[in-house]
Amino acid sequence: MINMVIDGKKVKVSRDSTVLEAAKQVGIDIPALCYDKNLEIVAACRLCVVEIDGKNKLETSCSTKVREGMNVNTHSEKIDTVRKDVLQLLLDSHPNDCLTCQKAGECLLQKYAYEYDVNFVKHDGAMRPHLVDTSSPYILKDDSKCILCGKCVRTCSEVAERQVLAFADRGYDTRIVLDADQTLETSSCVSCNRCVTVCPVGALIDKRTLGKVRSWEGEKQVVKCKSCQYGCNFEVIKNRGKNIAVKAMEPTEGRPLCLRGRLTTEFINVDKPEKPFRKIDGKFEETSWTKALGLEEVMEKMELLKEDE
Amino acid sequence: MLVMDMLDEIKDKNRKQLEERLTQKGGYIIDEDGIKLDGDYFKKQVRIALKNCDIIDPTNIEEYIAMDGYFSLKNILNNMSQQEVIDIMKQSGLRGRGGAGFPTGRKWETALQYSSDKKYVICNADEGDPGAFMDRSILEKDPHSVLEAMAIAGFAIGSDQGFIYVRAEYPVAVKRLKAAIAQAKEYGVLGENIFGTNFNFDIELRLGAGAFVCGEGTALIESIEGKRGMPRTKIYRTAHRGLWQKPTIINNVETLANIPVIFQKGVDWFTKIGTEKSPGTKVFALVGKIETAGLVEVPMGMPLHEIIYDIGGGVPDGKSFKAVQTGGPSGGCIPENLLDTPVDFESLAKIGSIMGSGGMVVMDNTDCMVDIAKFFLDFTVDESCGKCVPCREGTKRMLELLEKITSGNGKKEDIDTMERLAVTISSASLCGLGQTAANPVVSTLRYFRDEYEAHVMDKKCPAGSCQSLLQYFITDKCIGCTKCAKVCPVHCISGKVKQLHVIDQDICIKCGACQETCPVNAITRS
Amino acid sequence: MEFVFDRENNKEGIEDLEIFIEDNKDKLGALMPIMQKTQEIFGYLPLEMLQLISRRTGTPLSEIYGVATFYSQFSFIPIGEYKVSVCLGTACYVKGAQGILEEIEKELDIKHGGTTPDLKFSIIEARCLGDCGLAPVFTINDDVYPHVKKEDIKEILAKYR
Repeated sequence: MINMVIDGKKVKVSRDSTVLEAAKQVGIDIPALCYDKNLEIVAACRLCVVEIDGKNKLETSCSTKVREGMNVNTHSEKIDTVRKDVLQLLLDSHPNDCLTCQKAGECLLQKYAYEYDVNFVKHDGAMRPHLVDTSSPYILKDDSKCILCGKCVRTCSEVAERQVLAFADRGYDTRIVLDADQTLETSSCVSCNRCVTVCPVGALIDKRTLGKVRSWEGEKQVVKCKSCQYGCNFEVIKNRGKNIAVKAMEPTEGRPLCLRGRLTTEFINVDKPEKPFRKIDGKFEETSWTKALGLEEVMEKMELLKEDE
Repeated sequence: MLVMDMLDEIKDKNRKQLEERLTQKGGYIIDEDGIKLDGDYFKKQVRIALKNCDIIDPTNIEEYIAMDGYFSLKNILNNMSQQEVIDIMKQSGLRGRGGAGFPTGRKWETALQYSSDKKYVICNADEGDPGAFMDRSILEKDPHSVLEAMAIAGFAIGSDQGFIYVRAEYPVAVKRLKAAIAQAKEYGVLGENIFGTNFNFDIELRLGAGAFVCGEGTALIESIEGKRGMPRTKIYRTAHRGLWQKPTIINNVETLANIPVIFQKGVDWFTKIGTEKSPGTKVFALVGKIETAGLVEVPMGMPLHEIIYDIGGGVPDGKSFKAVQTGGPSGGCIPENLLDTPVDFESLAKIGSIMGSGGMVVMDNTDCMVDIAKFFLDFTVDESCGKCVPCREGTKRMLELLEKITSGNGKKEDIDTMERLAVTISSASLCGLGQTAANPVVSTLRYFRDEYEAHVMDKKCPAGSCQSLLQYFITDKCIGCTKCAKVCPVHCISGKVKQLHVIDQDICIKCGACQETCPVNAITRS
Repeated sequence: MEFVFDRENNKEGIEDLEIFIEDNKDKLGALMPIMQKTQEIFGYLPLEMLQLISRRTGTPLSEIYGVATFYSQFSFIPIGEYKVSVCLGTACYVKGAQGILEEIEKELDIKHGGTTPDLKFSIIEARCLGDCGLAPVFTINDDVYPHVKKEDIKEILAKYR
């Protein structure tokens, strides 16, 4: 443990933490859009800037390690101006549709805009092109809402045989693509929903929850997937006494998420599950639950055994 | 393979031949101080990094040796320890010539301190600043000076592998470097057991593919690793974890070209040139509206006006000087009343510009400062990697504001918005590209604010350069020949034969075709 | 304009590329040199060859696509026989390079970044060719045209038609 000062408070924090983690340890939340404790640090959103005594520049707290005796301020006029400007810049490229966005209530951009009192401003400058990939029954990808934090790319590349998502182009035209700019359907995406769970905004949405419930309505119950020994976490969403959907929770080390697990959890927990789909040769096709869960042979054998009895 | 004493032999033989050839050709001063280029343009110059340029045959390693080449490396491998080499670098006070001016010796020392199974030396030859071409000249005209310096750096930090990252826009430099590396290996000054010692050092070429941001150290490293050239966050310094997470030093071409000379002539000689904080020389690419354009290497601390007027001959075509832009897209525009500023890292920073890689673009009274700021912002927006928000989104908005202003649609508050954005972009961007992206706007606002205001309030471009703000008029000199009416692409000129013609300002697209075609110069522009 | 990659006509090129990949794929950071070689062989980056590189090197296709779109020298459409690079560096800009570019665009009837339908010319906006002393300047393949004036363009281009 080391001693340091955060916002005037003397604190003891663990030696190998970053300033952002140290602040969290003592109950101070520093805003951040591209930071995720499970992913590589990229310091891209610049929202988590803080002032550190002895440095004349602002530093990103996600990428700065703590040091004995360090004195950090997480709020000042300068810091708040930068955060407001960064948020304004993001809003200036973002569609003003929080009223109908599925992510509303959980969206980090919305949360910080509220906290820092930043609003949509009408302008006639550039906006991100309105490209929506509706090809998948499981994931909706809306590029116009993307803030290019890159969490989806990083989480996708954690699983060696996936690595479907990547950044393409550069500068203001940077965008997230699948393979060589394919759709969710034609690409090698396996619909594991890892990307959906880390997306801070409404750019990647679980399509099977779309239009069913608002994030602040209903109750949520965490269940473990029973499909394999990893036991990834899912949320079962309940509204008016009915289990209406399941949602994958953030993947962690050894809990990679997969489509089959998701479908299994959905099948077991949701009262009236929607039809499942399988991707065959780059096309999604509606299928039966037996096929979707890979139970054909099991079922056949069970039938056979039943006959024997 | 070359052994120690063969170097003298090669030098003696080739030096004579070289001197004879140059005497025959003319234009050189050959005396006990060495060989120099003759002429007024070179009188005030002190050439260290460029010392062999336009003198030796760059395709022949023996001519480089004739100019004392590879003697420093030989001496170091024979007589010096790693720490001694680094101490000399530190004493020399040599600072990085690529832009930031970081002390080279300190960089090397950090890399030496970290023990590792592998370390790398990278030569940053991704010269991307528009208006700068000194690195290209050195690579094409004196490639061995860079190779020798890299080997010295390799020895100093304990590395056996170097990379030269060259931009692909320099095909001749690439060709020369390939040939030079092959020759150096053949002569045993690169490769295994250099000069018969147990020091090994190899150099590999890597080509850029058109991304300005790769001049930034960590982006360059990403690019060599085969990735998108997006700068890394600096949790670790590159001297600690750089290329493939190994200790790495990155030095720019011009910096490297200084190194063999420092070891040859000594620290005392070197520190007498230039200023206390910025010893040595700096090469500038003096271009734009200047009588004699070209590369100029002068001692640090020389005032700007001396470079522009005494060496470059001032502004041509009877026009007047307006500003000099230094430091490329990261730099600023310096007005006439600051031309006594000495060129060194600190002095230029103080007046809102930077030394950068040494671009020096002179502008005259027909250049619009708002348009120049727009030119650089357009460049930055194009070259921003898109990783961090302030640079990706902020520079785009700033460019939109500048476009608005130069097209006559600017409002007074746009200037304020730009100033606020500039602060955020500079203080919050991830890498040097973003942190300096606003400089062209900030410096022109600082020194030429009246020009911005003229665009915004009076909808006029004082330099007469922003097309949308121009107006064409036909004066009574008009003889009514109808030529202008015929050439106008939007048919906005009316008038009868042999009568005064009139331009309809609402339709005119300000292409200037009428003015060019008028036989009696009756059409004026304001 | 659609360009179709013809495997049959490019058989030799594919073989060359395969050899190059085999020789280099175990080197650290081999992706860019392999992609540069691909563009050198075919004049652009055919998607089919990106897939081949992905399979042979084990680099995800998405990553290759990301690299290909990051660097301005990589192209997904064939580049013409004559590459007209117009320098838009600072020195050229203040000496009227924008006008030169527009004239060339007008003359060839394509925009910068484009290739003429007969695959003869491509126009490229260059980021400073390092010939600032010769501003304004443009190049056609290896030929350098210094101190150009608008009125010279037609004649210069005619030499390559």
